[in-house]
Amino acid sequence: MDLAQLRAGQSATVVEIRGGMRLMEKLASLGIMTGTKIKKISSQFMNGPITIQSGNTQVALGYGMAKRIIVEPEE
Amino acid sequence: MKKILLVGNPNVGKSALFSRLTGVSVIASNYPGTTVEFTKGHLILCGERDELIDVPGAYSLSAQSPAEAVAVNMLKEGDIVINVVDATNLERNLNLTLQLIEKKAPMVVALNMWDDTKHKGINIDVEKLEKSLGVPVVPTCAVTGEGIKELYNRLASAKAGAIECEESERWSKIGEIVSEVQTLSHRHHTFWERLGDISIKPVTGIPIALITAFLSFKLIRFIGEGLIGFVFEPVFEKLWAPLMMKLSSVLGSGFLNEILIGKLIDGKIDFVESMGLLTTGIFVPVAMVLPYVFSFYLVLSFLEDSGYLPRLGVLVDTFMHKIGLHGLAIIPMMLGVGCNVPGALATRVLETKRERFIAATLMAIAVPCMAQIAMVVGLIGKYGAHALALVFGTLFLVWVILGVLQNWLIKGDSPEIFVEIPPYRLPYFGSLGKKVWIRIKWFIQDAVPFVMIGVLIVNILYSLGVIDFLGRILAPVITGILGLPHDAVAALIIGFLRKDVAVGMLMPLGLTMKQLVIASVVLTMYFPCIATFTVLVKELGLKGMLKATLIMIAATFIVGGVMNLIL
Repeated sequence: MDLAQLRAGQSATVVEIRGGMRLMEKLASLGIMTGTKIKKISSQFMNGPITIQSGNTQVALGYGMAKRIIVEPEE
Repeated sequence: MKKILLVGNPNVGKSALFSRLTGVSVIASNYPGTTVEFTKGHLILCGERDELIDVPGAYSLSAQSPAEAVAVNMLKEGDIVINVVDATNLERNLNLTLQLIEKKAPMVVALNMWDDTKHKGINIDVEKLEKSLGVPVVPTCAVTGEGIKELYNRLASAKAGAIECEESERWSKIGEIVSEVQTLSHRHHTFWERLGDISIKPVTGIPIALITAFLSFKLIRFIGEGLIGFVFEPVFEKLWAPLMMKLSSVLGSGFLNEILIGKLIDGKIDFVESMGLLTTGIFVPVAMVLPYVFSFYLVLSFLEDSGYLPRLGVLVDTFMHKIGLHGLAIIPMMLGVGCNVPGALATRVLETKRERFIAATLMAIAVPCMAQIAMVVGLIGKYGAHALALVFGTLFLVWVILGVLQNWLIKGDSPEIFVEIPPYRLPYFGSLGKKVWIRIKWFIQDAVPFVMIGVLIVNILYSLGVIDFLGRILAPVITGILGLPHDAVAALIIGFLRKDVAVGMLMPLGLTMKQLVIASVVLTMYFPCIATFTVLVKELGLKGMLKATLIMIAATFIVGGVMNLIL
């Protein structure tokens, strides 16, 4: 499942970041990488940006980026 | 003289700490990327006057953004580094700290936002952290001033850190340190965190955005009208007008009187229509426009420092992509409503040249500044909301259509949004005040002299008969296409200098409502004022500006012509 498919309010663990080094580095500098626990805060209508929280940091990222972040949802 | 660098992630209160340490404040803001231009100050250390540099916020030293590239370059020249760390986000912030330690620069860590750790249930063992990092660590709170003195005292004992690790091991090393020094206790979400979350969810966020916009608008009007009604108008009517009348009788009727005081209307000075340097030239920028510019930036800067604007950026992102921009471009656009100059400067936060071009042209063409809005409201407000809606609705429509067209015609796509959403914080009034001041300074610097020059030129051109001449030559265009009387050409000429004076010049012409609406729209669109033009040439380059100018002129005649036909 990717981050775009995760429901708002659901927690998950990042298992893979597909895509270039740029996206991986951007995310890593905010502390988000493979193995990080995140929670999806919101998504916007019509494939708009997605907001996630990891620790005390919240990040909003585009839908295309969210599609490339593979997560394992918590039960 | 040593160079001391203030280095840290965006949104950690670096700028507030900077103004605390130097006493000279800078722009401190809550969305990533505003401090791309760094700021310098001075502080006295060990009897020596040292330089303190506020380095642009960076998440890491891998130079991913222009701001980070600047930060990396500056590090090479620094003698001491103050690493500002958000204590409520220790793990993420230590990433930069460890990279700085690897550079072997003598440093001190300021554990900022220390007061927030208490109600966030975070407990950090400062001594242990100091031991693990091998550099002095001082808890601070830039907003209240707590720990600033201690930080200053320990600058002299700055030293290179003790950690050596490979890049690939960095995060596991950070994990080790954090688990050693930090304990978390369970706590409930605060009201502000809940508000933060619901204002970014579309179902609740869009109504909140509308309410915020409505309340901001009310507040801006309330403060602006209050200042005008209770302060500026009484001062001008009761003190300045009698003084000018005296001056007028001393000068007698002559050229000087004509230039300085202007025409008397019913034997009295009319501050809007007299057109004298010391009457209209001062009254329009100071008493009609400045109060609104001030109240607008006060409200907008409050929203910015409280952390609301990135959330608004996320909510409007999908829409902004249709016009070739992403959500954060809403910030320069809103700044432009105060005065186009700071707005044009703020387009720098956008990543690509394409975005900067689209944002700058849209702003220059379709975003009226507060000076113009105040005058347009004064001019056609008497016809009711319907007339105002025609002007501002048309401009909004032009903004959207031009954006969609440029997005379609200019090669490339708009990058996706990627932004940290900071928690809501009560702004530090010290840096808020300084920020509002820096922004209205643009207006005061440019407006007053340019309005006076504008008024002077109008007078000279009128008395030389140039306006009449141009009016007759341009009549086919002005009257034929736009349906305006040829007198309006004077306003269009002065509009190059100042839009507010230009709108004011329409007042005595006795135009119909339709003509006033068209003239207001045309004056907004046809060309930016000279101050904005100068900034845009710098930002877009001469070639870019030439392209933008062609778009402006074409759009103006199409829109003005169509309005003339259908209204």
